[in-house]
Amino acid sequence: MRNLRLIIHREYLARIRNRTFIVMTFLSPLIFVGMILLIAYLSMLNSTEQKIIGIHDDSGMFASEFKDTKNVQYLDYSGRDLADARQEVLTNEYFGLIHISSAPGEKTNVEFFGKDTPGFGTIENIEKTISDKLTREQLIDKGIDVSEIDKARAKVNIDIQNFAGERSSKMSNYIKMFFGGAAGYLLMMFIIIYGNMVMRSVIEEKTNRIIEIIVSSVKPIQLLLGKVVGTSLAGITQFVIWVLLGTVLLFGISSFLGIDPLAAQTPASTVVDQVPQPEINQLMVDILNLPYASLITFFFIYFISGYFLYSAIYAAIGAAVDSETDTQQFMFPIILPLILGIYVGFFSVVENPHGTVSTIFSIIPLTSPIVMLMRIPFGVPWWEILISIVVLIGTNIAVLWISAKIYRVGILMYGKKPTYKEIYKWLKY
Amino acid sequence: MENLLVAENIYKRFGNFTALNNVSINIPRESIFGLLGPNGAGKTTFLRIINQITMPDEGRVYLDGKPLHQDDIVHIGYLPEERGLYKSMKVGEQALYLARLKGLSKAEARERLKFWFRKLEIEDWWDKKIQELSKGMAQKVQFVITVLHRPKLLIFDEPFSGFDPVNANLIKDEIIQLKEEGATILFSTHRMESVEELCDYIALIHKSNKLLDGKVSEIKKEYKSNTFEVGLDAIDEATLRQELETRFQVGPARFKSIQDDLKLSIKIGENETSNELIQFLLSRARINHFVEVIPSVNDIFIKTVTQNA
Repeated sequence: MRNLRLIIHREYLARIRNRTFIVMTFLSPLIFVGMILLIAYLSMLNSTEQKIIGIHDDSGMFASEFKDTKNVQYLDYSGRDLADARQEVLTNEYFGLIHISSAPGEKTNVEFFGKDTPGFGTIENIEKTISDKLTREQLIDKGIDVSEIDKARAKVNIDIQNFAGERSSKMSNYIKMFFGGAAGYLLMMFIIIYGNMVMRSVIEEKTNRIIEIIVSSVKPIQLLLGKVVGTSLAGITQFVIWVLLGTVLLFGISSFLGIDPLAAQTPASTVVDQVPQPEINQLMVDILNLPYASLITFFFIYFISGYFLYSAIYAAIGAAVDSETDTQQFMFPIILPLILGIYVGFFSVVENPHGTVSTIFSIIPLTSPIVMLMRIPFGVPWWEILISIVVLIGTNIAVLWISAKIYRVGILMYGKKPTYKEIYKWLKY
Repeated sequence: MENLLVAENIYKRFGNFTALNNVSINIPRESIFGLLGPNGAGKTTFLRIINQITMPDEGRVYLDGKPLHQDDIVHIGYLPEERGLYKSMKVGEQALYLARLKGLSKAEARERLKFWFRKLEIEDWWDKKIQELSKGMAQKVQFVITVLHRPKLLIFDEPFSGFDPVNANLIKDEIIQLKEEGATILFSTHRMESVEELCDYIALIHKSNKLLDGKVSEIKKEYKSNTFEVGLDAIDEATLRQELETRFQVGPARFKSIQDDLKLSIKIGENETSNELIQFLLSRARINHFVEVIPSVNDIFIKTVTQNA
């Protein structure tokens, strides 16, 4: 135990004193915040840009239907000569001119003149305004009371409850997806970044030729565990610094520059804008009602055992090779289940959190940490979680055992480019 | 208890390859024991087994009469053939870390390190990184780390192969001094000169088998062939040679001398003594040179290996 502590301590210090590590720790939040602010700034530019669109309405029916908005201002050219109107729009560099040519009783024809092709939103808006007006007019023509239709229009909002009577809403599904997705994605990133770090540190000890001095003092399994733990502690340190520094920077710089970082998520915020108040209240209730205790508990269980599982494999690979360039052939089996986990998570779990695919992949040990983390916010039966955790921990023990075997043989092997066959033989030494 | 380390019937196989085949070795207390053998004979595997880096398939190892245990690593100091240090760590910090892994407390380790660093005049290296040191300098640090926890048993794998001549000499002197202070030293080598100088005992491993072991002086006695090198000043060299050849086995000899002598190597009979040869020569020539031919470890090595080939 004493030695394990010493090793963890050394590994931790070795990681965080590494120059690249320090640079990345402080540079990454800067880059990240810079990106967010840039996107926010650009979308702000987009939204402050004002378009002026001219309307030349032959029928005189529609011009008044076009209401000015924050981004678009309409000018009425109806009654003027069309060629004049076009000329004026052109010389004033307005965005474009809508020409509605219809006499009552005839088919309405709409034209748009402009320097640039208008975006989907603009076109849709124009079409909708005209079609709404036309529909109404035609309904009135047929002698139908439009106000009655407006009254009759009903908004349906499904009130989702489970059998225990807990309410949830569509929005809460987004929230659950967000929590699960973030957890799964975080785990994948953590595994790739710090698993690689474990591997590199094993290779470093091999190439430095210090490994034999160390293993004459400690058991290889202690060294392996110390490395994995030390590196992950360094990883957690880095993550915490990223989050803290990122938050401070994001809000510090954005208030300094006057950019609203939330503007970067325009689509999401529009969704929220359109949600009526009761649903927002329900949303808050949903967020507060998420089973945090179990979420956090399972997050730690899956995060730690998932990370351990992959780190042990990374360490075994590091022990088997002489240099980082030799690791390529062994990377595929690591990356594949990770990517598969993320894919299953973002496609299958989102679609159907308790479907067959999601269930199976949340039990297969190499994908279960990611997939199960994504499923848990949606509520998973306890026995499924139990099976998944038992399988995961069992695999962990098996993989640690195999890795330790490969490790203790591999660290003393030099100059041989190992094959899978060769490594399989090491298991029997 | 006379032996510090006893290894009994050690077998080690790697797949189909047998690295050690029934090897038994006893290492007497406070001796310098040389483990000899050509490259790939199994020496390093044996040393790794004693260091519990690899486990034997069969056989047992006893240290101080008790079966070797994981905790015994603190009684062993090992300098492997493949040796290095963390490149980006400072010398002092690194030495402290490795010493503490061997069970020393931080304060104790620091104190002893200061002592050794002073002794080897490398005090100003404490805050340097290994990558700033030359290879020879790093070797000194490695040596200090190996002996720092004052182990009963010191194991050096090919200690002289990686070291430059100056450091090799330094290591040699330190090894002798450590032995005088009560340590037992086991080292492996395929270079025989160092064995002649240092070893009290040797064992010869060839192709995974132990061919020979014991006290160097006794082995040499066993391998001597009752042969003497003589330098003779005679009037009639040809007649003398003929006379000698009828009585003994005679061959040419080569040694340095200031005389223009007849140089011969003479093998006497199994039951004869040197006195009988001297008596025979006395009346026939002046004896300027008379030395018993003692087989060098190198000769014994080659002879044994070729015999068993």
